[in-house]
Amino acid sequence: MSRIARTFEQLAAQGRSALIPFFTAGDPDPESAVPFMRAMVKGGADIIELGVPFSDPIADGPVIQRSSERALKHGVSLRRVIEMARTYRKEDQKTPLVLMGYANPIEQMGFEHFADTAKEAGVDGVLVVDYPPEECERLVEVLRSRDIDTIFLLSPTSTNERVEAVGKLASGYVYYVSLRGVTGAANIDTQDVAQHVERIRQHVSVPVGVGFGIRDGETAHVISKIADAVVIGSRIVLTIEESANGEAAVPRIEVLLREFREAMDRSQKTVSLGSGKTT
Amino acid sequence: MKIYDLPDARGHFGPYGGTFVAETLIAALDELRLNYLRLKDDPKFKEELAYELAHYVGRPSPIYFARRMTELAGGAQIFLKREDLNHTGAHKVNNTVGQAMVARHMGKPRIIAETGAGQHGVASATVAARYGMECVVYMGSEDVKRQAQNVYRMKLLGATVVPVESGSKTLKDALNEAMRDWVTNVQNTFYIIGTVAGPHPYPMMVRDFNSIVGKECLTQMPEMCGRQPDAVLACVGGGSNAMGIFHPYIPYEEVRLIGVEAGGEGIATGKHSASLSAGTPGVLHGNRTYLLQDENGQIIETHSVSAGLDYPGVGPEHAWLKDSGRAEYVNVTDDEALQAFHDLCRHEGIIPALESSHALAYAMKLAKEMRPDQIILVNLSGRGDKDMATVAERMGMTL
Repeated sequence: MSRIARTFEQLAAQGRSALIPFFTAGDPDPESAVPFMRAMVKGGADIIELGVPFSDPIADGPVIQRSSERALKHGVSLRRVIEMARTYRKEDQKTPLVLMGYANPIEQMGFEHFADTAKEAGVDGVLVVDYPPEECERLVEVLRSRDIDTIFLLSPTSTNERVEAVGKLASGYVYYVSLRGVTGAANIDTQDVAQHVERIRQHVSVPVGVGFGIRDGETAHVISKIADAVVIGSRIVLTIEESANGEAAVPRIEVLLREFREAMDRSQKTVSLGSGKTT
Repeated sequence: MKIYDLPDARGHFGPYGGTFVAETLIAALDELRLNYLRLKDDPKFKEELAYELAHYVGRPSPIYFARRMTELAGGAQIFLKREDLNHTGAHKVNNTVGQAMVARHMGKPRIIAETGAGQHGVASATVAARYGMECVVYMGSEDVKRQAQNVYRMKLLGATVVPVESGSKTLKDALNEAMRDWVTNVQNTFYIIGTVAGPHPYPMMVRDFNSIVGKECLTQMPEMCGRQPDAVLACVGGGSNAMGIFHPYIPYEEVRLIGVEAGGEGIATGKHSASLSAGTPGVLHGNRTYLLQDENGQIIETHSVSAGLDYPGVGPEHAWLKDSGRAEYVNVTDDEALQAFHDLCRHEGIIPALESSHALAYAMKLAKEMRPDQIILVNLSGRGDKDMATVAERMGMTL
């Protein structure tokens, strides 16, 4: 069983949802990545999404784009991000690490080489924003053969046929993008999210995470009762941006994560959970 | 003649093209594709489009025999397809009229566009005014500074110009920003992409709307010279004017198709925009194609004297035409393009766009190697009014 599946299984047994923070690896500097991951886990993170900086992040809003630019100024590449994962993995064998980024850096590295390097470094999952299911069968195969999960996005506009197609390829979890738009956009409609998550569960057997637009503990609380995981991205990246430097951001990240964690754990779930099982 | 029917149903030209976008955009692209496929063969739509092209754009554009340029080169005969005579001064309007009509049929009252030099922005603002639609144009803040006149033209036409401050502050960043607007406002917004790039169906749709250029040539050339040309030349940035003139000629295997990229200060200096000549395949802006990128897959900054060629990618169909050998791709430097610019001004009384001057520069070289009974057809894709400030500055003058 993969590290991601095991994490979801344990959480499900406790009736809790996963807290998944995202940050752009290498922002504001490459040295901060490991201390950030440490602070996130201390604050209550269950899985960490490491953003791989890309020069043209078309699916992201200004907050994450700026973080990508800061990381790129330090020359942070996909290889470098994998090294950060490797360093962190030495001190934490438990927390799943997911790489999230765009197709081109992976294509340049080559699928096999990328998958081998990532596996060896202790990476558990990969989410390629601009690889919809119809363009990424080969990558899924390569990752699957190394027991790395491929995580897919689903959106309010995904048809049932598409959700089903994703369900066939996805492992680890699927990531429901709760807003029409880019990362860091307006607040979300939790009623609408609940309906879509229920719809997704009919076609997908892996856990369903929800992200985009979750800014505060209250929203995270509500979402955690609907979904198997809550993804927090722009809010963390903004905290990093507002800090004087990486070192100053470390305690703030821990406090922020704890705020989300406590809000999510405040009471037992009232909505039925998915099975949380992966194949 | 071989049958050429690319792209496939999912927008692939061999290994290139495709739909490399986040899930959030898939439904919008599906909606667009289905509407476009329905409209493109609809007799009423075709009739409306033909009317607009004739009466609003001023088509067909003539073909002109450049007698004095031919003499100057001293070889093959040089003919020019005069897209510079279109309304708004370039081929870009062929596409914006077509896409705005699709937008109207889809009931989208708001159009957005990205622009580099401003030509596509002006062509989009123009059709928005023509059809009474709201128009927002994204433009890199560097380009806003360099192309003040076109920014003002767009504003006169009622468009809102949004300067983009991210990344390299040029065309690719404007495209990124327009994509973001689209994914956020897709319910009421139609995104008019200005070149044969982007996710499927854009490369196909933009090519189709511009292929009127090549179709006209197919009938005009035999009327003028009794036969088709030996070579068809066009400049290639994203590659929309080139695809427009190349596409109808693809089955005519005896006709050489030559795309001319921006060699900038020379390929060896690294300061150029020649994705096909010096790039490698990768994924950007929704499709797989040749890109200018570093070893880590980050897109690198490009250079060209002509803002319209200053783009790190190229339409996926050009990538396929290159690999398949059906088209050849070459490049000329800024200096060579400027020489051709001045030559055309002085010898024919035509001020060409700096983009089109690249194709012209290569035509002059190629003509010298060819016989006087041979024929070169150059797509003179735009006029140079917009380039006055750039050219003057290169000559050490301020206007």
